[in-house]
Amino acid sequence: MSGSTSGETSEHGAVLDIEGVSVWRGGRQILDEIGFALEPGEFTGLIGSNGAGKTTILRVVMGLLAPTQGRVLVEGKPLTRRHRSVGYVPQKLLIDPDAPVRARDLVGLGLDGHRVGWRMPSRERQRRTEEMLEAVDASRFADARVGELSGGEQQRVLIAHALVGRPRLLLADEPLANLDIRSGQEIVDLLARIAAEQQIAVLLSAHDMNPLLPVMDRVVYVAGGRVAAGTTDEVVRTEVLSRLYGHPVNVLHVDGRVLVVSGSHVTVDAGAVMDTGAGMDTGMDTGAGMDVGVDASVAAAERR
Amino acid sequence: MFADAGMFANYMLNAWEVATIVAVVAPLVGFYVVLRGSSFVAHAVPEAAFAGAAGASLLGLNTLFGLGIFALGASLGIGAFGRRGRHDVVTALAMVLMLGMGSLFLSWSSEYAPEIYSLLFGEVLGVSSNEIGITAVLGAISLAALALLHRPLLLTSLMPEVAEARGVRGHRVEMAFLAVVALATTAAVPVVGALLMFSLMVGPPAAARCLVKNPLGTTALSVAIALAVVWGAIAASYQTDWPIGFFVTGFAFAAYVVAQLGRRLGTVRRRFVRAGAGANPAVTAGGVA
Amino acid sequence: MEALWHALFAPGFFTSQPVRQAVLVGGVVPIVAGAVGVFTVLRGQSFAGHSLSALGTLGGSGAFLLGITPLWGILTCGFAVAGVMELAGTQRRRGRDVATGLVLSTALGVSALLLYLVTMSGSTTGVTVTLLFGSLFALSGITVPAMTLLALVCLAVLALLYRPLLLSSVSPELAAARGVRVRWLGLAFLLLLALAAALCSVAVGTILSTALLIGPAATALRLTRRPARAMVLAGLVGVVSTWIGVVLAYDSYLWPPAGKGWPVSFFVVAVILLCYLLAGFAPAARRGSGRAGPTGRAGEQPSSGPREPLTPARLR
Repeated sequence: MSGSTSGETSEHGAVLDIEGVSVWRGGRQILDEIGFALEPGEFTGLIGSNGAGKTTILRVVMGLLAPTQGRVLVEGKPLTRRHRSVGYVPQKLLIDPDAPVRARDLVGLGLDGHRVGWRMPSRERQRRTEEMLEAVDASRFADARVGELSGGEQQRVLIAHALVGRPRLLLADEPLANLDIRSGQEIVDLLARIAAEQQIAVLLSAHDMNPLLPVMDRVVYVAGGRVAAGTTDEVVRTEVLSRLYGHPVNVLHVDGRVLVVSGSHVTVDAGAVMDTGAGMDTGMDTGAGMDVGVDASVAAAERR
Repeated sequence: MFADAGMFANYMLNAWEVATIVAVVAPLVGFYVVLRGSSFVAHAVPEAAFAGAAGASLLGLNTLFGLGIFALGASLGIGAFGRRGRHDVVTALAMVLMLGMGSLFLSWSSEYAPEIYSLLFGEVLGVSSNEIGITAVLGAISLAALALLHRPLLLTSLMPEVAEARGVRGHRVEMAFLAVVALATTAAVPVVGALLMFSLMVGPPAAARCLVKNPLGTTALSVAIALAVVWGAIAASYQTDWPIGFFVTGFAFAAYVVAQLGRRLGTVRRRFVRAGAGANPAVTAGGVA
Repeated sequence: MEALWHALFAPGFFTSQPVRQAVLVGGVVPIVAGAVGVFTVLRGQSFAGHSLSALGTLGGSGAFLLGITPLWGILTCGFAVAGVMELAGTQRRRGRDVATGLVLSTALGVSALLLYLVTMSGSTTGVTVTLLFGSLFALSGITVPAMTLLALVCLAVLALLYRPLLLSSVSPELAAARGVRVRWLGLAFLLLLALAAALCSVAVGTILSTALLIGPAATALRLTRRPARAMVLAGLVGVVSTWIGVVLAYDSYLWPPAGKGWPVSFFVVAVILLCYLLAGFAPAARRGSGRAGPTGRAGEQPSSGPREPLTPARLR
């Protein structure tokens, strides 16, 4: 199934417009004619389990991977390598604690790190850096070594780094994977706020959509190299996802949380496997794996 | 100690000049070597350069010529085939072979022992006037290249994927950097020796980064440390007649140890301060090493 | 036929005393180096081997200064360093590279001083070359018997510790569960490594000794996954390489430049590298499936290590 269920076509003013993109690698099809669009100010979740194709989609949007077919438009123009409109927030920094780089320096690199040559440090640069650190609430550790920051603090700095270049689209690559629940929630809220305030399109990839539910405007659900895009209510439904997976799944709403489970078994965190009695074979061959996303946190329940 | 012209006599001037150039260039390059975790490069390139120098000496050519060609070949080879300067059996064996070849070339010459010694451990007095010129040029090119590349190099060293997304071609930047490493090696080996160059290239930046938090400050401090090390080494070598390599490595190591101690003590002190500021004393005291 | 024989072995080869010495040492040391080397690679401690060899320079130069046979100096220094290493841990960690590199460099700097002092005192000539690049043809009096004895001791201890050592190299947790004293075994192995490194250092020089220690082992591991076979193969490769090196070095006295002869260590290292490269062309079937897999331990690995992790089931 390609495209989306809500009939999105290339919108004028869309920050990102993907249409009919397929990617083949090593004889295997990684993405199968996917398409979706992102509007400024929208917070979109790119949801799917590992191996579903999230990373590939991100790489295509970043301009690092040329699709075998299809087109990618950023702000109405074809994607080039050096697209300044796209900001990328990596999952984490592989850097040792001794590295002599402060948060402030890292953010500064977001402005001109790609430029060759020597430039005298300007007041303007300093001001923009300060402003961005403020915006992500990182001012208090602006002068600390990046390698010494906690996971959540580092994420903020990485976000500031991506934002300082004033992108129209911000890609966050699984920021929640290494964070505890509270820090993760803070980051999600921060990004949602930024999306709204600065009218930036935010695409956040995750394998569990539950932390994003309260703030997500749209969802791009990836499974087996195909996507379903639209609002949460439109996409996260049994019939839609079953069509996407090519295999019966059940979408359960439990206590304000969403569980996507395969047709005949539901696996919960405790490892107990319960048979729902459907009696069907659960041979999953879409390669997407099944992420149940069960999250026993109290915080989530409290949010509802 | 500074009697007469003594160590500042004419024949020593060459030594001071070359050493100063090297002490400025090596730590600047070393800053990125340490940042990128490419210590191996700082071992491998000088060892390959040694073979080149030996070959050049045999053919009666300028040593710098041999150094330069082999250093460039090795560093670019590492860039093309290596994996960010990691240990590898092939590269390790290749480097050892380079050293063996160096000993082979020198064995054919008549000055076997002294040549080997000065190429491996450095020789401050063996620098001629025209070699200063070449060294200065190499230094200038290295500095210019680093000045040009420092931002993309920093970006791709810290966040390779982000850099790629911004259009910085990490591989090209790496190759350019490795070329600069080769140039710096060529300048430094005659002074400090192939086996000991590591200390001058890596020591001062490793020490400086313990004490300073930002890139610019760290590079400035590492140059200052390197200059102190090298000047002190020349003076000491002049006084005692002992080899300069011994002093360079000794002083650089001392600087590193002092800096590391300083950082540890600084951390301990910070914990005490925080404890005093009102945190639970029992918990914090238990946390102090 | 006669002519071929004389072409291969320059006249006087079989009657020369230094050659006999070299052949003896060259037959014994690589066997030890091969066995220990295979373990070193399996345990991911190649860099430890390299450090030991480099620090041997310090011990050797000290020995020269004190007027004793370099072997003892290298050995003592090696044992001391091995002890320190076991305390500090030999795993690769960020920042460890820099610290280790600086220590090595400084040790070499001190060696430079000691060698200078030795040369100044005029007691021995060509000390630097002998220590750093070996002197297989010029081993003095007690060295050869001492080396042979030490090699045998090393092999004996290795044979004694073989099973527990293999188990703890591949799976320390399993070994500990079976009552193996992993920590003590680790120390014992480092001491054996120091011993082997010292022997290699005397044979081909401290700087080149890593090639003799790791080269044949890495070559063997390219060809087989079974540790026991690898050790035998490594020993074989090492001995053959060294003997070929000896032959070539002896013959090279007749090559240009006349009368000097090429350094034997160079030949040995060159042949070892050649063997390693040739092993890359071995039939794929012998190499097993797929590329690079880390062996039992974390830490730095040669890119050509065994293709699959060694599980206890694979041990023999």
